[in-house]
Amino acid sequence: MIAIVDYGAGNLCSVKKAFDNIGADVAITSEPDVITRADKVVLPGVGHFSALASLDRDGLRELLLRSIHVGKPFLGICLGMQWLFEGSEEAAGIAGAGVFAGRCRPFPSSVKSPHVGWNSLSIRDGSNLLREIATDSFVYYTHSFQAPVISGTTAATEYGTLFSAVVERGNVFGVQFHPEKSWSVGLRIVSNFCEAPC
Amino acid sequence: MLTKRIIACLDVAGGRVVKGVQFANLRDAGDPAECTVAHAREGADEIVLLDITATSDKRRTMLDVVTRTARGLFVPFTVGGGIRELKDAKDVFDAGADKIAINSAAVQNPVVIESIASRFGSQAVVVAIDARRVDWGFEVFVAGGRTSTGKDAVQWAREAAARGAGEILLTSMDRDGTRSGFDCELVRQVADAVSIPVIASGGAGSSRDFIAVFEEGHADAALAASIFHFGLEGVGQLKLDLQAAKVPVRWPC
Repeated sequence: MIAIVDYGAGNLCSVKKAFDNIGADVAITSEPDVITRADKVVLPGVGHFSALASLDRDGLRELLLRSIHVGKPFLGICLGMQWLFEGSEEAAGIAGAGVFAGRCRPFPSSVKSPHVGWNSLSIRDGSNLLREIATDSFVYYTHSFQAPVISGTTAATEYGTLFSAVVERGNVFGVQFHPEKSWSVGLRIVSNFCEAPC
Repeated sequence: MLTKRIIACLDVAGGRVVKGVQFANLRDAGDPAECTVAHAREGADEIVLLDITATSDKRRTMLDVVTRTARGLFVPFTVGGGIRELKDAKDVFDAGADKIAINSAAVQNPVVIESIASRFGSQAVVVAIDARRVDWGFEVFVAGGRTSTGKDAVQWAREAAARGAGEILLTSMDRDGTRSGFDCELVRQVADAVSIPVIASGGAGSSRDFIAVFEEGHADAALAASIFHFGLEGVGQLKLDLQAAKVPVRWPC
């Protein structure tokens, strides 16, 4: 079973529907027991980085870190991906998971913010999550802060600056865009995550 | 590169897609769930469903339509019409919409923008503005264009953005239904005044109109209600034309 973690940040129906569409066994939950039992964990989220504070309040942070450390496939989407970094200038007092080095920053003032719409992926060789996805494929974004390109970056997107579109390290995956809203490319990415060995 | 979005808008009445000219001569044009997926397959970057008979007794029918439509639609999906308060928005999100569009209710009670944005995020709130040229600029109209407000469209867009709107859906009432091209001046004034994306609407007649509204109007996205009925072969052909004119679009999809 795949647990979609509900911590009160936005509408999770779309994420669940994408998993339902490919026949995955998936549940939206905030129950520690369910998350502990799950084979895979998805951390979605839209909105302000401060929404992630509820992970700390509800004791979910330790649970999620444990899931990552025991090797469960873990997918962070949008804000959930940013959580995998050390933090964000959007809410300086809130710590990310620190799985990936670096902090999220706003876009340069040369471009409008938020970054909303379909933008293309420059994919590095060897990505597991982006198997059979062609480089320059389009995905749907809506965000105001962006994560730096680091050694774990497997795809980058350009908008005023080059930022991390996808990060991967072992069992941990993060996508800044919304695969559940990125048509066939997005569904393929969801399916690739479901196929990750537990 | 961030692409310019082409948004297909479908009017829904009594659970069916309807087509007409300025609310007159409505005729049945199919099932919303089937139509939207067909548009997405053609290359539409987003779908907007507008409930044009948004009376309270019809809300349930519309919510059923949203649920059925959202089930198989994996592109951003906006629903508008009849959303007056947080509860209405919640019902539509629960049914599967990604964004809601609010128009008259936001003008009458701008705080509703903040309440929906703080609960569901700014990315989920589209403020729709219907504007008409007047001697002092562009005036905002509500209630389907029947009621003038005295508000300046550019100022109102700025206020909506400051209150937490994630996008502006800007319709030129002068051009709506005319197929004589978007009002690029209106769109440019608003697009240059706010940092959130502006979706141009009203007047789409040819690929040339879309090129103009992106290049001269600085629009981030353009919407057409009867996109397959203005002589183009569909969204695919439109995107090929845009690509030929060096407008960045999501193609192939």
